[in-house]
Amino acid sequence: MNWISNYVRPKINSLFSRREVPENLWTKCPECGTMLFHRELSENLNVCTSCEHHMAITPRERFAALFDGGVFVEVPVPDPVIDPLAFRDQKKYPDRLKAAQKAAGEKEAMLVADGEVGRTPIIAAAQDFSFMAGSMGMYVGNAIVAAAERAVMLRRPLVLFAAAGGARMQEGILSLMQMPRTTVAVQMLNEAGLPYIVVLTHPTTGGVTASYAMLGDVQIAEPNALICFAGPRVIEQTIREKLPEGFQRAEYLLDHGMLDRVTHRKKLRDEIISILRMLMRQPQAIVADLPAPSR
Amino acid sequence: MAFGAAPTRCICRPGVSYSRGSQAGCTMTYLEFEKPLAEIEGKAEELRALARKNEAMDVEKEAVALDKKAADLLRELYKSLDPWRKCQVARHPDRPHCKDYIEALFTEYTPLAGDRNFADDPAVMGGLARFNDTPVVVIGHEKGHDTKSRIEHNFGMARPEGYRKAIRLMDLADRFGLPVITLIDTPGAYPGKGAEERGQAEAIARSTQKCLEIKVPLISVVIGEGGSGGAVAFATGDRVAMLEHSIYSVISPEGCASILWKDAEKMREAAEALRLTAQDLLKLGVIDRIIAEPLGGAQRNANAAMAAVGSEIALLLDELREKGPDLVPERRRKYLAMGAKGLAA
Repeated sequence: MNWISNYVRPKINSLFSRREVPENLWTKCPECGTMLFHRELSENLNVCTSCEHHMAITPRERFAALFDGGVFVEVPVPDPVIDPLAFRDQKKYPDRLKAAQKAAGEKEAMLVADGEVGRTPIIAAAQDFSFMAGSMGMYVGNAIVAAAERAVMLRRPLVLFAAAGGARMQEGILSLMQMPRTTVAVQMLNEAGLPYIVVLTHPTTGGVTASYAMLGDVQIAEPNALICFAGPRVIEQTIREKLPEGFQRAEYLLDHGMLDRVTHRKKLRDEIISILRMLMRQPQAIVADLPAPSR
Repeated sequence: MAFGAAPTRCICRPGVSYSRGSQAGCTMTYLEFEKPLAEIEGKAEELRALARKNEAMDVEKEAVALDKKAADLLRELYKSLDPWRKCQVARHPDRPHCKDYIEALFTEYTPLAGDRNFADDPAVMGGLARFNDTPVVVIGHEKGHDTKSRIEHNFGMARPEGYRKAIRLMDLADRFGLPVITLIDTPGAYPGKGAEERGQAEAIARSTQKCLEIKVPLISVVIGEGGSGGAVAFATGDRVAMLEHSIYSVISPEGCASILWKDAEKMREAAEALRLTAQDLLKLGVIDRIIAEPLGGAQRNANAAMAAVGSEIALLLDELREKGPDLVPERRRKYLAMGAKGLAA
């Protein structure tokens, strides 16, 4: 530092307020460390162009890439009672919720949409890991029930993208009760004879894995996604030994018979179209006829 | 966020230290908050021991006064247990466990073992039995009562085999029209390597699903600790009852404290916030009944506690017997509607 930098810097900083400069033009891949330009990364559906690491993707980005022409209609989700337990840890739960809403720009941790994939009308639901770790509370339960009800009403399959740190602790026992609640939603689909496809993304853990996320007719996971009930840290503390490489990752689960497939994000859409059409006993999709997704 | 599984457990749990006193020849385990009670009861016992050695001494009057003081204190302590104390009582090692309930309330208990895939899980007991002559299927978590049996039963923490055994037993009950009674007492599902490899999450999900499918009455009683997903897998019943001092929670207070407060010592605050007591859960509409415990908790009078559970099960069975084909849709409606009103329910 010399007198120039001391003198000049504050002035220049004050001219360009932080907001005017896009902050995340570059993202560092947490796996291989490569710096990735934001446009390139989002064109590649948030998959690292150098090591194929699948980074988090918001439900909106996911749906834009999934649905024909990127077109979908949001399915309304009934609002639950806010803060049903009047929960308070170091912060009040409503304050945590508001902060999460501001940070994620979403109302809650799940988005439900109605649209077409390969001209097959479906209902899709996606969990938002950026919203309080995608945790499952009353709202997520309501979203899954709403998605299943709509699917049954319109006789459409449901495709669900799971991502969650587990249950929403601030909703206590009511978050736990979403396990049976969402299971009832899955049963509605089963009994209506409608396909229910689960795509497990990084990470899917706890009560979410132990309910709707493991009850799909077809279980697909994204590469290297952590999928578990108890997290690796808890297990290491319990058994006091180091866990093997790749433990609880998608490929490990596939090897242990817990999944049907591990599929790259860029191939998911075609695979979902193909599986759904077979389960619905519809003719094979004509690839050339399909409208391209929005990007 | 909350993982469904229990944190590491050892025989003596963190936050609960026991002091042992002796009463009428048998050993009584006192909880930390019962220490003053242990002192008074210990004094009365010492006095009586003295008198037995020295016949000339008459201490009965003083001993009776101490007894009365102890009884008053016990009543005072248990009148309004805070949530953290309830956790300690719910986990009390002397509380009657699943095995005791089965022996006391059922006849002709015929254990049925194995998941037909991998192993039998000793953390989950289950089989055919008669309840007041009615043939039923009974399933429950068993924690064990001493070091050896606790290790054998893995402290009531089930592995996937336990849930798959339960699924098999519920299927059996469904096929032959037998009501199912589940007794819940688990710190949570076992967080182990093999358990994960063999699909702990899937096993729990399928077990919960089975609870929602069977066309026979399903009655669940939380007799101690209802630990998260490991409990839900059996407790998704038509009617769920809880013993007065039992708990049912998405995560242990210690686990919640270490995640949200970043300090496992804040378990008192966490226990408070989680609303895990039977009283709060009834208000929330998560459970249907509270079964009163004898004064000082089920651990002080196991027979009375077990009898109370028995009469509640009998009542609930009668209530459900007439439902017939309405059972499954009603059970599903119940879980779909749950939590809609929060604490105002």
